[in-house]
Amino acid sequence: MTWNPTASYTEPEYGIGAMIIGTFMVSIGALAIAVPLGIGTAAYLSDVASPRVREIIKPVVEILAGIPSVVVGFLGIVFVGPAIAKVFHIPNGLNALNGSILLAVMAIPTIVSISEDALKSVPRSFTEASLALGGTKWQTLARVKIPAAMSGIIAACMLGMGRAIGETMTVLMATGCAQAVPHGFLDSVRTMTTTIAIELGEVPFNTTHYYALFAIGLVLFIITFIVNMISEMVLHKYQKVVK
Amino acid sequence: MENAKIKALDFNFYYGAHHVLKNVSAEVIANKVTGIIGPSGCGKSTFLRSINRMNDVISDVKVEGKILLDGKNIYDPEMDVVDIRRQVGMVFQKSNPFPKSIFDNVAYGLRINGIKDKYFIQERVEKSLKDAALWGEVKDRLQKNAFELSGGQQQRLCIARTLAVEPEILLMDEPASALDPTATLKIEELIHQLKSKYTIIIVTHNMQQAARISDYTAFFMLGELVEYDLTSMIFTNPSKKITEDYITGRFG
Amino acid sequence: MKKRQLQEILGFNLLRVCMVLVLLTLAFILYDIISKGAGKISWEFLTAMPRNGMKEGGILPAIVGTVLVTVITAILSIPFGMGAAIYLNEYAKDNNLTRLIRMSIRNLSGVPSIVYGLFGVILFVQAMNIGTCVLSAGLTLGLMTLPWTITASEEALKNVPNSFREGALALGATKWQAIRTNVLPYAISGMLTGTILGLSRAAGETAPILFTGAAFYLPFLPRSLFDQFMALPYHLYIMSTQHHAITQVRPIAYGTALVLITAVFAMNLFATILRYRLRKTKME
Repeated sequence: MTWNPTASYTEPEYGIGAMIIGTFMVSIGALAIAVPLGIGTAAYLSDVASPRVREIIKPVVEILAGIPSVVVGFLGIVFVGPAIAKVFHIPNGLNALNGSILLAVMAIPTIVSISEDALKSVPRSFTEASLALGGTKWQTLARVKIPAAMSGIIAACMLGMGRAIGETMTVLMATGCAQAVPHGFLDSVRTMTTTIAIELGEVPFNTTHYYALFAIGLVLFIITFIVNMISEMVLHKYQKVVK
Repeated sequence: MENAKIKALDFNFYYGAHHVLKNVSAEVIANKVTGIIGPSGCGKSTFLRSINRMNDVISDVKVEGKILLDGKNIYDPEMDVVDIRRQVGMVFQKSNPFPKSIFDNVAYGLRINGIKDKYFIQERVEKSLKDAALWGEVKDRLQKNAFELSGGQQQRLCIARTLAVEPEILLMDEPASALDPTATLKIEELIHQLKSKYTIIIVTHNMQQAARISDYTAFFMLGELVEYDLTSMIFTNPSKKITEDYITGRFG
Repeated sequence: MKKRQLQEILGFNLLRVCMVLVLLTLAFILYDIISKGAGKISWEFLTAMPRNGMKEGGILPAIVGTVLVTVITAILSIPFGMGAAIYLNEYAKDNNLTRLIRMSIRNLSGVPSIVYGLFGVILFVQAMNIGTCVLSAGLTLGLMTLPWTITASEEALKNVPNSFREGALALGATKWQAIRTNVLPYAISGMLTGTILGLSRAAGETAPILFTGAAFYLPFLPRSLFDQFMALPYHLYIMSTQHHAITQVRPIAYGTALVLITAVFAMNLFATILRYRLRKTKME
């Protein structure tokens, strides 16, 4: 559970429990923000916006995806952090909440674009059937299209989560990187990615500590691999159904 | 029969576990139009695509038996598939002009065969377009994109493109199925004119069309060649009950 | 007004709020960086060495470093990525092995960038003994972008109708002739679009170059591919977290951020223009 590779009085410890908790906490926090906003935006684009508005907004959302993570992290330090500190009356805002907000910003474009594709590929016959039965456009969207596109939307969220879990720089800059198990979103957290980023530059090659960092990398690889795999499978299954 | 240009000998075709063509044996006569009819999925297109080995493009296929072209088995490992396709031209169901100018479409086959002589290419393009009865309609806009042509013109362009490499055999896979009646009629007239120079095999869904244009007709059903004879025989006096049922429109 | 209509109006407005929030976020990010970074941008800032412990001067070495690394990334990922895509889409048989390869590539594109960093340390820095330098960092980023390039290029190839291939083959083209003359010309701009988008992401990445070659502070330009280098994203990280006078260098950090996003957006814009041109010459 405890990660303390440089302990001087006791045996060094190489537990990655706290990091895994930190990673998932920040990522799930990010999804809690990004999923509603992302799906809402996707639904707006696919069902409410006029084609012209859609043509303008889609590339704009893609611009968001193009912002380098280090720039997002920078804004976490100069803007989101101080804002959180003010709102919650705490000394500084470098904590899990800050990381979640930034990761949400980074996950939103993925969620929007894949969810919108999913909503768009719902067969027209479904929509027309619902409208013909006297459903409003809203009812059709909420009760027919979103359920029909569900697996695509789930895949989008999983992919967004994969990105959040693997993101390094924003979290490194915005979460404070304390090594303890966090107790809430206002605590500072340290994720797997940040531990590698902070420590790898400072350990000698081929020591236990060095290998422990690669072990973290392996765990990270496996976790993201599984998350991406699941989203891939969900997406694949859904494409089959649509076809 | 005499003058057999193509001979299929116990030809079998498998797509995965699916046995698509079963022991097909037939002879195609030179300078005649041979029509292939049959219900959807009977293997008629597969048979056509076996004659220029276009099925090689699909993976997971297996072939047994022979198809002889001028006495040589085209499935012999020594045969060069590219040579075969130059000898056996093909016109597809849906016209597929390339997104190039009309001129470049017709010149494409010449250029990939390494011909660089500009005058030769120009002459051949003009001749092919004339042979395909399209010259008069396009001679003033050869540099225009081929997609600006109408559907029927596009299909005749594809025929011209095929003629430009001077094949001996023309395979046509429902060449008029996507066209309106007027355009169809033009294609049919064209086929009629071309048969003096080429051996033509045409797959068609339309029985009247087969009756109008083909000299011989082959009826395929579930991968088997059920009946193959002079068109006049097939349409007036079929030897098998099932052929008669199909021709009279009782199924398919 | 009927209840159902009210519900629809409320619902659609809720969605509109989501969309507006997303747009506002972007607008805010751009506004903040442009407004605070623009004042810092000058000819000197772009062309001078950093001075006085990076508290003054320009960011030239970071700009040069990022350009160099991106060029190496491109040299690795363009030919190999496009080649692999052509192989996979045009030559590989559609069997389980190909599907496995394709699936692995898609999964590799979701592997965290820091894991590529670790891999780069093992492979280039240690095993191949290239050391921490421009080349190692460029190769690491190149590996990271390969899956994106392959996937995007394959997508572009898939969009070329099969009739183009069959039509050419039926006229007696060899397979390669058909691909070269009748497939690639119509896929190339799509392939480039995907590749440039990948490169722009690579240019903005920090984690993979942390341990493979980026340097904290170098008052000179890299003289060979085996030198360490400064890079824009890493410089921004340093200036906003590691510098001893963080608040004092904040304008430099903003200026660096502005240069970085400008470079990245310029590449994205180029890719977008390519894509629009592609849409215009749509093939049917």
